[in-house]
Amino acid sequence: MISYLARRILWIIPVLFAVSIITFFLMHAVPGGPWDAEKRLPANVQARLNAQYGLDKPLYEQYIQWAGGFVTGDLGPSYRSRDRRVNDIIGDGIAVTFQLGIMAFALSVVVGIPLGIFAALGHNRWPDYLSTSISIIGIATPSFVLAILLIVVFSIGLGWFPTGGWKGPQYWVLPTVALAGFPIAVIARYTRASMLEVTRKDYIRTAQSKGIGGRAVVSRHMIRNALIPVVTILGPTLAFLVTGSFIIETIFSVPGIGRFYVSAISQRDYSLLMAMTILYAFTVAFLNVVVDVLYAYIDPRIRYS
Amino acid sequence: MTTSAASAQQAAVRERPSTGLWRDAWGRLLKNRLAILGLFLVITLIFLGVFGPLLAPYPYSQQDLKAVLAGGHGPLPPGSPGHILGTDQLGRDLLSRLLDGARISVSVAFVVQVVIILIGVPIGALAGWFGGRTDNFLMRFTDIIYAFPDLLFIILLSVAFRETVFGQALDGLLLVFVAIGITSWVTVARLVRGQMLALKETEFVEAARAIGVSDRKIVTRHLLPNGMGPIIVAITLGIPAAILAEATLAYIGIGVQPPRASWGSLIAEGQKFIRSEPHLVTFPAIAIALALIGFTFLGDGLRDALDPKLKGKQ
Repeated sequence: MISYLARRILWIIPVLFAVSIITFFLMHAVPGGPWDAEKRLPANVQARLNAQYGLDKPLYEQYIQWAGGFVTGDLGPSYRSRDRRVNDIIGDGIAVTFQLGIMAFALSVVVGIPLGIFAALGHNRWPDYLSTSISIIGIATPSFVLAILLIVVFSIGLGWFPTGGWKGPQYWVLPTVALAGFPIAVIARYTRASMLEVTRKDYIRTAQSKGIGGRAVVSRHMIRNALIPVVTILGPTLAFLVTGSFIIETIFSVPGIGRFYVSAISQRDYSLLMAMTILYAFTVAFLNVVVDVLYAYIDPRIRYS
Repeated sequence: MTTSAASAQQAAVRERPSTGLWRDAWGRLLKNRLAILGLFLVITLIFLGVFGPLLAPYPYSQQDLKAVLAGGHGPLPPGSPGHILGTDQLGRDLLSRLLDGARISVSVAFVVQVVIILIGVPIGALAGWFGGRTDNFLMRFTDIIYAFPDLLFIILLSVAFRETVFGQALDGLLLVFVAIGITSWVTVARLVRGQMLALKETEFVEAARAIGVSDRKIVTRHLLPNGMGPIIVAITLGIPAAILAEATLAYIGIGVQPPRASWGSLIAEGQKFIRSEPHLVTFPAIAIALALIGFTFLGDGLRDALDPKLKGKQ
């Protein structure tokens, strides 16, 4: 198990290396440079800036320079906010992005799993139809549509929550709900299917025939076993929430890092873009390992070697 | 499948006239009400995507300036004369623009899946059939693609190639299709590989090999058709994901170029008038919702129909 874990974690390094190379060369294939602006800078000024930032060197040298910095923890200068380092920009926003992602994750689990269990226990009766309708709405509503709806109803209409910003708990509610809508639906559907599968297992029939009451069978045998496959989708869900929040961050003016991603591409802010891509790729790869380990831990039938 | 299930199926085969996996699956699909609803929505969407521009009352970019000026310089509300669903602030008919959006969504739905099949099936099949080093190499490659944050990578690709000939093709749509496809084939590749690995060890493949059938024929005649069910399900369920990705990109202004508009870009435009003219957001949002629901229900129905083990679970 330990060696399996070590191998999996070490494998993240070549993955990140490959991701960084692909992103780096793709990014430099984008025409234009960080100095393009409404007012064109004179050619000699551009040349001086390029020299100052090392952008006049061959690409592979630039990559080595970037990678050297990255390994020592220096993510380089931001080409747009020229007085700031990428480390500071990421440092300022990452806590907010993670907070938003984790709150949305918690909400999806806390609502999604009970919703799925509720549906399965009332299979083909009203709890099932209610829960299934909620998940259909969740799946059919893109997060940006849900965000617009929430703003129209709860900010503009009822005035309960602010339309944007991040100054306190009342600012957190709408972005979290908008982000969690889709994962709630996915988790609920998955939990429901898994519960229904477990219901037909022999050990449930055995437990019931031994005279174990309804509630004990449900909590001790059904829910516990049904949640095992659900764990596998939690990793991708958390990764989706942390990396996929950029639209929600933009709509609600949340000061996280996600909202910089699109502007970093369109403004050719190379170092910021590299840092964010690597950060996101690491999050996805790391969470995958966590889920696999967790899976083996809760399901003794699974053994890695 | 266990032997008892197989013999039970054999018994069933004797009772009914000529029945195969596909006919069985079709029968099960028709009994599933949600799947029928899904199928209906999907067929409607495809019909509108193909014939929409012929049915549209106006070309999607035609402005009815007279009506807009008469109506107080703003978007016309639904039910205005000549514009059932109203217009945007430039006097372009919303129904016509939605129908053009249907064409975009339908092409996303299918072209992206073609890209996914073209990349995912060969990679998965090669990895599963050859195993060993080939398998290891190909699966590590899928790990790398998997670690890329999809939507972000699609944005990067779209911006990188926007100015090229390739980026301009089909009003900028081709690039979006390929970018979404390139980031989404991993699931299908893994599935094909898994199917290959499982089927390779089955008795009918052993029998085929024993009577001297060639490798290529075993893969194409036995393995792929037998492993087809889960692959079709994965591809059908990949369609709503692709439609959602395209709408999201269009919402942030990447993808199809104006004056054409995908449902996502219609929502982005309509958002500015959300207080006075909410229909500019609601109608495209309903269109997206129906498309997503249709393909999701159909995919779920296909999964239940093609996997008899799950029968009755729905």
